Amino acid sequence: MNMTNATRDLMAIYVMWLREMKRLVRAKSRFLSSLVMPLMFLAFLGSGFREVNFFGTSYISFLTPGIAGMAVIFSSTFAGLSVLWDREFGFLKEIAVAPVRNVAVVCGRIAGSATTSILQAMAILVLAIPLGFSTKPQGVLLSIPFIVLMAVTFTGMGLFFAAIIKDFHGFGLVMNFVIFPLFFLSGAIFPVSNLPSFLVPLAYFNPLFYGVDGLRGVLTGRGATNPIIDLSALVVFSIVTVFAGAKMFDRL
Amino acid sequence: MHAVIAEDISKSYDGIQALRGVTFRVKKGEVFGLLGPNGAGKTTLTAILTTLLKADSGYAEVAGFSVEEKLKVRERIGVVFQEPALDTKLTARENLEFHAMLYGMPKKEREEKIEKGLELVGLRNWADTLVEKFSGGMKRRLEMARAFIHRPEVLFLDEPTLGLDVQTRRNIWKYIRKLRDEGVTVFMTTHYIEEAEKLCDTVAIMDRGKIVKIGRVEDLKRGLGEDTIYVEFFGKVMEEELNTLRELDGVKEVLASDTTVMILTSNGDRIIPQLFSVLSEGRVKAVRMKTPDLEDVFVRLTGRRIAD
Repeated sequence: MNMTNATRDLMAIYVMWLREMKRLVRAKSRFLSSLVMPLMFLAFLGSGFREVNFFGTSYISFLTPGIAGMAVIFSSTFAGLSVLWDREFGFLKEIAVAPVRNVAVVCGRIAGSATTSILQAMAILVLAIPLGFSTKPQGVLLSIPFIVLMAVTFTGMGLFFAAIIKDFHGFGLVMNFVIFPLFFLSGAIFPVSNLPSFLVPLAYFNPLFYGVDGLRGVLTGRGATNPIIDLSALVVFSIVTVFAGAKMFDRL
Repeated sequence: MHAVIAEDISKSYDGIQALRGVTFRVKKGEVFGLLGPNGAGKTTLTAILTTLLKADSGYAEVAGFSVEEKLKVRERIGVVFQEPALDTKLTARENLEFHAMLYGMPKKEREEKIEKGLELVGLRNWADTLVEKFSGGMKRRLEMARAFIHRPEVLFLDEPTLGLDVQTRRNIWKYIRKLRDEGVTVFMTTHYIEEAEKLCDTVAIMDRGKIVKIGRVEDLKRGLGEDTIYVEFFGKVMEEELNTLRELDGVKEVLASDTTVMILTSNGDRIIPQLFSVLSEGRVKAVRMKTPDLEDVFVRLTGRRIAD
C-alpha cells in the first residue's frame, strides 16, 4: 500500500509477464504447434523455389528471416487479441479494479508476448539450419531488438483491433484484412520491389517490411535498406501502436 | 465515520436511466445490503463505487476518497463480481499470488495471507489445482478469498451467492460475518430476501434506479407495523370477545371469520401473552403469528414483488 507509482507499475508489468510465462509453460504443445506452419513454409517454399535467387543469396537464406517475421506477426497479434479471452472469462475485471495503471498492464502483456516471440523466432532460425540456412552468432544476437520491436508493434496492434472487433467473430477479419495483407506486402517471401509499382509505396507504411528487412540485414547482410533505418522505423511504429493499444484498452 | 458516501448519483446509458439520484451512506464496519429486483440498478451502482464506471452526475466517496481518485480507492477495496473473474489457466494459489502482488504485498505477508485465505474458504487441498477444474461454488469461494487477501477497508460483493447451492451460500455468509467481525465494511447487493435479512445490518431497498427505503432491517419491518396474529377459537367467536381484543394496546384492526380471528398489530409479540389473560380459559385453540419480511416492505413500497 505504500509503494510508489513506479514500483507499482513495474510490479504490474512483472505480474502480467509472469502470467504469460506460466501459461506458455503449461501450453507447451500450443507453442510447438505454432511452429508448424512457419516450418512448413520454410520446408516447402524453401525447397520448391530453391533455384530462385534474390539479393544474390540462396532462397532459403532469403526466406528464413521472412518466415521468422511471419511467426512474430502472427503470435504477437494473437497475443494482443487474446485480451478478448480475458474479457470473456472475466479476468479483465480483476485487472480493472486492481490499483494499477492500464499502461503498465499493457506493457506487461507486451513483455510476455515479446518473450514468446523471441523463443519462436530463435526456434525457427535454428530449425532452418538443417534446411540450408546459415548465419553468424552475432547476427542472431542483433536480430533480437528487431524481434522485440516487431512483437511490441504487433501486440499493440492486436490490442487495438481487439477493442474494435469486440468479440471472437472478428478474428477472421483481422486475419484476412490485416495480417495477411501486411505479410504479403512485407517482402517476407519475395522482394517488395517485384510487386506492381503502385503497391510498392504501401510497403513503406508496413512495420513488418522493416522488421523482415532488418532481420535479413543483420542475419544475412542482404537487406534492401540499412538495418539502422529499419530499426528506427520500427521504434516509431512500436511507440504509435503501444499508445493506440493502451488508449483502446480503456474501451474494452 | 462512513465507509461509503453517495450523493445524488445518476447514470444513464443507451437511453436508459439506470440510476436516478441515488443518495445513501454506509457506516464503517457494517454489512450494508442493496436489495432489489434484477434491473434495479444495483450492479451499475456497484460499478460506479468500484471506479469501473463514471457517474453522469453526483458525488461518491469510498474509504475516504472520491471515486475520481481511482488508484487510491482501488487499493482500499476488494471486489467480487457477479460473474467469475479468475484466470482459469492458473492454479488457485497463483490467482491469489498474482492478486497479492498487484496490490503490493511483500512476499512474506503474501505467503501468510494466502495460506490463511485458502484455509478460511476451505480450498487448501485445492491450492495447486488449475481453476478450470473448479465448480462454480469453489470459484466463488476462491474469489471471496482473493477479495479480502489484501485487507481491504471496504469489500464489495455483487450478488455473492447468486446461483450457488445452499451449503455454499451458508459458507459464504459465514465468511462475510467473519470479515464484519474483523472490522471490514461490507457492501453487497442481493435480490434474496433471506440473505438481506440474515446478513445485513442496514438495508437499502432499490427499485428502478432509486433507493425507495433505507434503514436497519428490524426498523424497516417495524415501520410496516403489521404483525398478523391468527387466533383460532374453540367454537364461534363472540362479539364481546372481539371488542375485548380491539381494546388491547397496539391493536389496529380485528377481523373475525367464524372460529378464527385475525389481529393486525404493530407489536405482536406483546399481544400474544395478553390473549390468555383477557379471554376466558379454554377458548383459545391455537395461535399463529406472521411478522412482515422485507418482501412485504418491498411490496408495500413498489406494489410489486422482488422475485418478479
